[in-house]
Amino acid sequence: MSMPFYVSPEQVMKDRADYARKGIARGRSLVALECAEGIVMVAQNQSRTLYKISEVYDRIAFAGVGKYNEFQMLKIGGVRLADMKGFQYSREDVTANSLANAYAQTLGQVFTNEMKPYEVEILVAQVGATPEEPNELFHILYDGTLMDESDYTVLGGDAERIGDALEDTFRPGLSLAEAIQIGAKSLADEGVTLGADQLEVAALERGRPRRAFRRVIGDELLGILS
Amino acid sequence: MNETPLLPIFSEGTDPGPSFLNLLRRVAPDSLQMPQAIPGQTLPFELAHGTTVLAIRCEGGVVMAGDRRATSGNSIANRRIEKLFAADEYSGVAIAGTAGLAIEMVRLFQVQLEHYEKIEGAALSLEGKANQLSQMVRANLPAAMQGLVVVPLFAGFDKRRDRGRVFSYDAVGGKYEEADFSANGSGAVHARNWIKAAWSEGISADDAISISIRSLFAAADEDTATGGPDLVRGIYPLVAVINSEGFKFLDETDVAARSQLLLDGPERGGSA
Repeated sequence: MSMPFYVSPEQVMKDRADYARKGIARGRSLVALECAEGIVMVAQNQSRTLYKISEVYDRIAFAGVGKYNEFQMLKIGGVRLADMKGFQYSREDVTANSLANAYAQTLGQVFTNEMKPYEVEILVAQVGATPEEPNELFHILYDGTLMDESDYTVLGGDAERIGDALEDTFRPGLSLAEAIQIGAKSLADEGVTLGADQLEVAALERGRPRRAFRRVIGDELLGILS
Repeated sequence: MNETPLLPIFSEGTDPGPSFLNLLRRVAPDSLQMPQAIPGQTLPFELAHGTTVLAIRCEGGVVMAGDRRATSGNSIANRRIEKLFAADEYSGVAIAGTAGLAIEMVRLFQVQLEHYEKIEGAALSLEGKANQLSQMVRANLPAAMQGLVVVPLFAGFDKRRDRGRVFSYDAVGGKYEEADFSANGSGAVHARNWIKAAWSEGISADDAISISIRSLFAAADEDTATGGPDLVRGIYPLVAVINSEGFKFLDETDVAARSQLLLDGPERGGSA
């Protein structure tokens, strides 16, 4: 008869965290920066159809790195939660804060209860309705750790290097184009320049009517990066 | 709902897909409860009714318009009700019938379209949107049997075909694509006659706007349930243009000026 081996909870959690981190590190990173117009999100992504950045609600966007099917599922869950809340209460009652908490709850539960943790890191971003109202950047890890960041945030395995690069180049009040340039530059490895076909760029622009989310694509992106 | 709501994530086989209606049915069926018919009974009270709305196909898109009156029996329930809405960026929906149910239906329809777009990453085709609305009208059939009829008018810019299209509905959710224009509600007969007399293939959006205001005026002239331009209070019909640039309401000042023009000119004196 086989005997189950005893494994300490510390070891189980550590193994799971290592597993999740390894999965995330295999993928490409993503940065989000505050700018004068709102928030810019830049991801290294060659696909034109499988997005890492998506619209969730009027002023809220979702971004994920790691395993595509897992953060895609989380994105859909977020859209569902937001739309239900907005329909049952009011559009104004949908906030990034409550959405980020729901994500943290879900990821935390999966991390402790399921066989395998999600190999993802996600961002819930909300642009303020007016320049006076602060933007919100919620960075959520695979185990449900929730961080409230400002100025900029980096998601993915290469976060330390990219964060260092941004610390030198970021300053408050950047224009949308400048923020995209800085973001793209920070993602690139030493001596490499990322072109428009290797980047996925989206923005939450305060000035747009109702739906603040838009993708920065095509000629506009080419123009900004050249 | 829990204090900290968990994400609605579904296991295989129970996933509601990109439909917001299906999601609500699964998670919060209470918020979808429709009035059920009680056989042999009529409503013991009067409800607000929306009246005349219309849609006219024109060069490069569609013009939609609606008057601002809601009636309850023979009294005016609301003199500045809005019966024309943007369904999404490229389509609009106008309602006639029981206002309370119709406005809720529009709200659900708007979320349904946006929800699909966000989940799928691409908007529904115009035909797809029209079919969705058809299903919602059909779901209202038990209420319609009791006299709570909702009949919307749907129009939009079809990006794949590069032109405007107009759809009308009946109480059972039947969807009919109209070749050129349509009107709905108690004053619709008068409005439709005016449009028919003035419409021709390829008319400009500007002309279609003038026709829409003129025909609503005519409907208000003949039908007590339709409100005409109210110069005293400054209430004017809602008019919107939908073209390749999207859905856009006309400025109230623009509609006011056009209404004034009408009153200074052809409608001066108000012949019987």
